[in-house]
This record gives sequence, structure tokens and C-alpha cells, in this order.
Amino acid sequence: MFDFEVLVQQLITGLSNGMIIALIAIGYTMVYGIIELINFAHGDVFMLGAFFALTLMGVLGMESWGPGGQAVGVAAMLVGSALFCGALNWSLDRVAYRALRRSSKLALLVSAIGCSFICMNLGLFWGGLPMDVFAGGVAAAAPKDFPALVPQVNLLGESFIRITPADALVFAVTIPLMVALTLMVNRTNLGRAMRAVAQDPVAASLMGIPVDRVIGATFFIGGALGGFASVVYSLYNNTIGFQMGTRAGLDAFTAAVLGGIGSLPGAVLGGLTIGCVRAMSDQYLETRWTNTIVFCILVLILIFRPSGILGSSRKEKV
Amino acid sequence: MRWRPGPIVTILAIAAVVPLVDLVLPAELALSEAVRTVFLYAILALGLNVMTGYAGMLNLGIAAFMAIGAYAFGILSCEIYPFQLGFWPALALTIPIGALAGFILGAPTLGLRGDYLAIVTLGFGEIVQDILKNLDSITKGMQGINPLPAPSIGGAMWTSNDERSWYYLLLALLTLTVIAARNLERSRLGRAWFSIREDELASRSMGIRVERAKMIAFATGAAIAAFAGGLSASVLSSTGEPNNYDFQVSILALCIIIVGGIGGVAGVLVGSLVMVGLNSIVLAKATAWMAAHGIGSQGNVMLSPNNWKFLIFGLALVIAVRIKPTGILPPKLERGRV
Repeated sequence: MFDFEVLVQQLITGLSNGMIIALIAIGYTMVYGIIELINFAHGDVFMLGAFFALTLMGVLGMESWGPGGQAVGVAAMLVGSALFCGALNWSLDRVAYRALRRSSKLALLVSAIGCSFICMNLGLFWGGLPMDVFAGGVAAAAPKDFPALVPQVNLLGESFIRITPADALVFAVTIPLMVALTLMVNRTNLGRAMRAVAQDPVAASLMGIPVDRVIGATFFIGGALGGFASVVYSLYNNTIGFQMGTRAGLDAFTAAVLGGIGSLPGAVLGGLTIGCVRAMSDQYLETRWTNTIVFCILVLILIFRPSGILGSSRKEKV
Repeated sequence: MRWRPGPIVTILAIAAVVPLVDLVLPAELALSEAVRTVFLYAILALGLNVMTGYAGMLNLGIAAFMAIGAYAFGILSCEIYPFQLGFWPALALTIPIGALAGFILGAPTLGLRGDYLAIVTLGFGEIVQDILKNLDSITKGMQGINPLPAPSIGGAMWTSNDERSWYYLLLALLTLTVIAARNLERSRLGRAWFSIREDELASRSMGIRVERAKMIAFATGAAIAAFAGGLSASVLSSTGEPNNYDFQVSILALCIIIVGGIGGVAGVLVGSLVMVGLNSIVLAKATAWMAAHGIGSQGNVMLSPNNWKFLIFGLALVIAVRIKPTGILPPKLERGRV
């Protein structure tokens, strides 16, 4: 029997997850657009953002705050994690990538893989902190519970279809961020500089654009979006772990490629596609085949649209 | 001019005397078992080097082909399946099976631009693991397929724990792979690959059949990786669990060729020694030493060297490419290029 309400419910879940994936995917696509690097560390920066948020919650004792206070707490975590991840991503570029701008792309990629490993290991150590929110550091590698600061009620009242405040939070955070980012890239001087560097770094520098600073800013913004995504993800899923960056990063990068890498609307479309395909496959097929299905869809789309759904097909020049 | 041994010959010659050195080293420092792992990874990395080093196609999921080789070897040789081929026929068959798998993945995707192909291979590496886990009626899920036959030469069987025979067999097979790779480099096909890597459009204009050459590179690399997989399953007498062929294995292989010096056989050998040596010699020995001296990870996650593995590995990668972006032993062709 086909149940329409189940379909709608899965669609809501898929869109919520998809928006989170999209927010991470934008971090990949921005960095790729400007220096053609698959920033492997991005998923792990996202993971560290979630650990930062949980630490902030533990240090400030947010769980015991009142409902109004918890709303302030969520806002504090969003801003805190965004700044933290932005700064971390900027530092990675400064320390590990900047010196390799003139080297081969593969050397840059290996450096990013190295950063990913370092961040993942730091997450493992971080989980061993002797704090209550990390279960006193007893099992550093175990997944951590992320307290549900947003109430688990149904905004639609008694209806069978559930939209929780967590779903609402996802959209309330991601959509304004995406709008702001689009405006920033299209309307501001920094955005113009980014597009110029993406097209031709040498010409951009000859025009007086401080290329390294613009690239640094791109890393900061991409990282900050990952930080926002990490808090939303944690409040939505209520479990974090030091290995979650790999899975999230893989989904997000697939989303970026699916939508057409370098394209912001493409990253959002790709993220939503993957979120919905995952939700539908979990519901109507088997969970254990979901990854396989996502991959097959990726291959199918790339066969027919080799530059992704919204990607521009570049003519090769001599 | 007098003949002087090149780096490849030197490395293989040094490798040949390691078991003799082990005779005088204390048992807990014995090297040959860890060096065997270096050989297996060197074969795997030579396969990846054909795709990524020669033809310039970034592959982030080489472990998938290793897994295909390992499970093919398991299914063809294990006593619980009807085929029950011996060691040699099963191992030989991993090569065409790997090539076929490479062809199946490569045929629809090789037209993609570099990084799109990379993400497809990355995804392929993930789903091969999923498929192996999900088809547990065939692949035995987390138990792996075992026991697997040990090799026999001239009717004389040896058991899996006959360390020295295994060591020299692997060294011999590695040497064969090295010779094959060197011959490929110098062949007409190899030159076509280098040309495609440097400039695909120019190669096409010169009359190279780019699609065909790329397809062959992909299938050859996959075949060598599958061969390494079959061999590693035989060494362990089990395919192990699907997670043994995860993203980290693919990344280790990629790091081997890049840290060693992409595109050259000598670089791959040096890279295997450095990366796998760090992983399974230095860290493994440090963990064993600390455990023997009563320093454990009880209560504090930072007290076990194993928990530092990714940090050390990551730092090594970042520093290595920072100091020498072209790798430790770049191929001669690369030197002096702008």
C-alpha cells in the first residue's frame, strides 16, 4: 500500500538533511572553484565544529538554562562554531596549502589529505577530554550524545506528519546563509575579487587583487558555513563522533560534483538531491543499499551531464 | 661506461638480505613480516601508478580493485566454493578479473574531466565495500572467506607460517611487477600515456587514440591492484572483512606514489618503504614496546601510540610535500621541467 503521508514525511527528512549537506557542499565548491583543490580536510573541520559546539555547551552549562536561554545558547554555538571552523580552515590554508600554490595539484591534494588525518586525530583526542558532555573522557573514540536543545514537539500539532523545531531550525539557518552568500559573491567587492581569482589568478593579481588574501577569505567563509552546518547537524541528529567528517564530507563532495562543481546553486541542488535520494532509499528500499544507489545516480548523471546538473561545460583550450 | 646499479636494483637487492639481518636481530625487532606488507603495498601502488602516475587519472578508490582481487581469489580457491582452484591458477585469474572490473567502471566514466573521475572512483571504493558487506551469503560478511590455500612450487607445499618462503615469493612477484611496469613505461603505449598526462588535446592531435589508451591504463592498473589483493588474501589465508579495503588503503596507496615521486617505479618503491614502514614498522613496534613496558591507554587516550597514528601520518604527509612537492625520488623525465 502506498502511504502518501510517509512519502511527505520522508521528503521533509530528506530536505532537512539535504540542506545540511548543501551547506557543507558549498564549502567544497567555493574552495574548488577558486584553487581547484578537493579540500579533504573540510569534512573534518565540520566535525571539529561539532566538538567545539559540544564543548561550549558543557563549559557554559547550557543544558540547565531555561528555554529562552537555550535559544540564546543555540545562537552562541552557531556563531562560535562558525568562527572556530572559519579560523581553522583559514589556518589550514595558511600553513599547509599556501606554500604549494605553484606545485602540482596532486601535492596540494596530499597536503589536504594530511590535514584531514590531523583534524580527525585531534577529534579523537578532543573526545577524550574529562568533561561531562564527553562522558568524562572514558571512551574517547565512542560517539557522543549531543543534547537536544530544541524541543522535540510537532509544530503541526496532532498531525501524522511531523515537522519538528529541529527541521525548522535547519531551514531557518541554511536558507538565509545561502541567500547572504549569493549576494556576497555577486554584489560585493570581495565576491567580485573571488570570481576574478577563480577565473585567472595571475590576471587578478595584475589588477591589484591580493590573491592570497582573497583565497584566505574563501577558506574562512567556506569553513564558517561548515561550522554553522556542524551545529545544525548536531542538533538535528543528536550524535557526533570523530569519524563523522568522512561520511559527511563524502556526501557533501558528491553533492558538489552532482550539482556542478564551482556553482553555488548547483551545490544546493546537489545536496537536496542526495538528501532526498537517501531518505527515499532508506524508506522504500533497504538502508544498506542507500550508498550504492547514491553512487549509481552520481554516475548516471555524470554520464549524461559530464559537468554536473548546473555546471558550465568548459571548452578545452590549447 | 661502467654499469652502476640504479635505485630500483639497489632497493630490491637490499630487500633480499632483510631476512638474513633478521637472523641477528632480537625477535621483537624482526623486520621481514613488516617488509612483506611493504611488498604488497608496493605492488598495489605500482598498479595505481599506471593509472595516476603514467596516464594522469586520479584514482581515489584503488582499494576497491584490491578487494575485487582478494574476493575473486577467495571464491576461486576456498574449499567452501565449487571452483577450488589451486593457488597459482586462482592468483593468475585475479589479473583478468581485475582488468574486467576496471573496464566496467572505466568504460562509462573515463570521458569525465579529472576531478569528476576522482569522485567516481572514490564513490566506487565505498560501494564495493557496501556490496561485499551486503552480499554476505557469498562473501561471508565480516568473517571473510577462509581458509585460503598457500602456494606450492614443484609439488612442495608450504604452510602460511613459513615466513622466509613467503618473503622471497612476494619479493619475486614484486620484482616481476617492477619489470612489467618498466617495460610498459618504455613501450609505445607508455609514451602515449605520458603524452596524455602532459596534454590530452595535443596528444589527440598527434593521432594518439586517447580513449583507448586511457582505458588500457585503467584496466592495467586495476589488474595489478587485483593481483595485489589476491596475494594479500593468500598471505593472510583470508579475505578479511570488507572494511580492510577501505578509503584509508586507497589513500595510503596514493600517498605512497606521491611521497615517493609520482610516475616512477623507484619512487613507488621508496614511497612504500617510507609510508608503510612508518605505519606498520615504527608505530607497530612503538606500540608493542610500550605495551611490554606497562604503558597502556587505560583512562588516557593519548598514551597509546596507535591513537597518534593519523596525527603522525598527517603531519608526515603535509611536511613531505612541503619539503619536496615532487616526491623523494621523482622520475628522471620530471626533473628540470618547468
